[in-house]
Amino acid sequence: MSTLVDSLQAAAGLITDGESQLAGIVILSLRVSLSAVSLAALLGLPLGALLAVGRFPGRQTLIIVINGFMGLPPVVVGLLVYLLLSRAGPLGTFGLLFTPTAMIVAQTLLITPIIAALARQIIADAWAETHEQLRSLGAAPWRAALTLLWDTRFSLFTALLAGFGRAAAEVGAVMIVGGNIDGVTRVMTTTIALETSKGDLPLALALGLVLITLVLALNTAAHLMRQWAMRRYG
Amino acid sequence: MNSLRRNFLAGIAGALWLATLPALAEDKFIVVSSTTSTEQSGLFGHLLPSFEKKTGIKVRVVALGTGQALDMGRRGDADVVFVHDKAAEEKFVTEGFGVERKEVMYNDFVLIGPKADPAGIAGGKDILDALRKIEAAKAPFVSRGDKSGTHAAELRYWKAAGIDLDKAKGPWYRDTGSGMGPALNAAASMDAYILADRGTWLSFKNRAELTVVVEGDKSLFNQYGVMLVNPAKHAHVKKELGQQFIDWVVSSEGQQSIADYKIGGQQLFFPNAKR
Repeated sequence: MSTLVDSLQAAAGLITDGESQLAGIVILSLRVSLSAVSLAALLGLPLGALLAVGRFPGRQTLIIVINGFMGLPPVVVGLLVYLLLSRAGPLGTFGLLFTPTAMIVAQTLLITPIIAALARQIIADAWAETHEQLRSLGAAPWRAALTLLWDTRFSLFTALLAGFGRAAAEVGAVMIVGGNIDGVTRVMTTTIALETSKGDLPLALALGLVLITLVLALNTAAHLMRQWAMRRYG
Repeated sequence: MNSLRRNFLAGIAGALWLATLPALAEDKFIVVSSTTSTEQSGLFGHLLPSFEKKTGIKVRVVALGTGQALDMGRRGDADVVFVHDKAAEEKFVTEGFGVERKEVMYNDFVLIGPKADPAGIAGGKDILDALRKIEAAKAPFVSRGDKSGTHAAELRYWKAAGIDLDKAKGPWYRDTGSGMGPALNAAASMDAYILADRGTWLSFKNRAELTVVVEGDKSLFNQYGVMLVNPAKHAHVKKELGQQFIDWVVSSEGQQSIADYKIGGQQLFFPNAKR
């Protein structure tokens, strides 16, 4: 119990005294996870739309695989990216291991299936309602996919938030490919893991509270933006 | 609607820019793979600023178990390896992955255990005797089980104590497969015995009922060594910068800085580089 109280005090302290080190860690966390969400959106949204609207051999298999990959273990993704980017690996010459770029790559791989699978479901539902209409207008499948992506944008935004949540919360992948290097690849989750290792449980929990607060604040902002946009453009 | 679409595209473009932004430009840096004991005890936090100030070389430390840290060097993912398992280090150099092993400092292992002391070993000096008593009492013992330097040392002590772990293992022997800190957290919650390096123990905060039960045995000596990853194996290794770091660590200035690092008045590492 006293640990919890200590943590709450420590968390309040961390936020209010605006320690520059914490700010750097938070900014890096946001930079990595927001970048990963953007890249995953560029890959996952078109893929989801294609799977929802397109009809091609292997489509069902692909849907099952993508749905299954929503549960990819971060450690496995981390290990895979580590072996790819390691100097002894196929992409070793770029020297990307232990950089924020490596962390973005790992998180992108981790959340692209989530965004693609959710987008497919959202767009497939919309397609079921409107495909007669779109067909009667003579829309080609890719045109229909684009229209549906645009029409369901507010729902798709929730899919992106789900992806962001997963990216910001995971520790297994970024620990392996980032190396938790102070000032270079240390993010919120790896800092929490480090402080836990040091046995400083109140500080670790305090950092956890900061992370949760941050994710909640971002989601609140996203929610308000979405409401505003729906009223204005919906 | 068009303005929203434009904003949306601008947002994506902005995010992409963020994604491709190069890592904070630091032209001079090396990657050092080291052990959790040096990082988590705070030694690097104390040592590196002086080196960075003097040379302008940033040191990026990746803290792992000794086995993993050496493996990082084998794969060419580090410029310098700074670990504590003499046998494994010498093998690393013999295999041609490291250039030359230099001794840097030592600390010692301590046997940690619950204050209740179910094996009745507190205050003893003989680590082998203590392990025999733990095994006989089937008192809970937490092992790192992660091929770290401390894990290698623990296995050596069991063997020297004449205990065949494969046969003696039971529910009392808990192989956690984790770093020093997490293993200490586990031991604290299970009231178990555990072998730890003194540096990590001194800086460890979640001690609960744990305390030092055996210390001071000569065989608990724990030597650290430093090696440059062989540029002949991995051409991209930053040979000059890495060598500068090694030279500084074993120099009188570096050695003094190691000696100066204290927690609560206790010195954690004892420099012993041969010059």
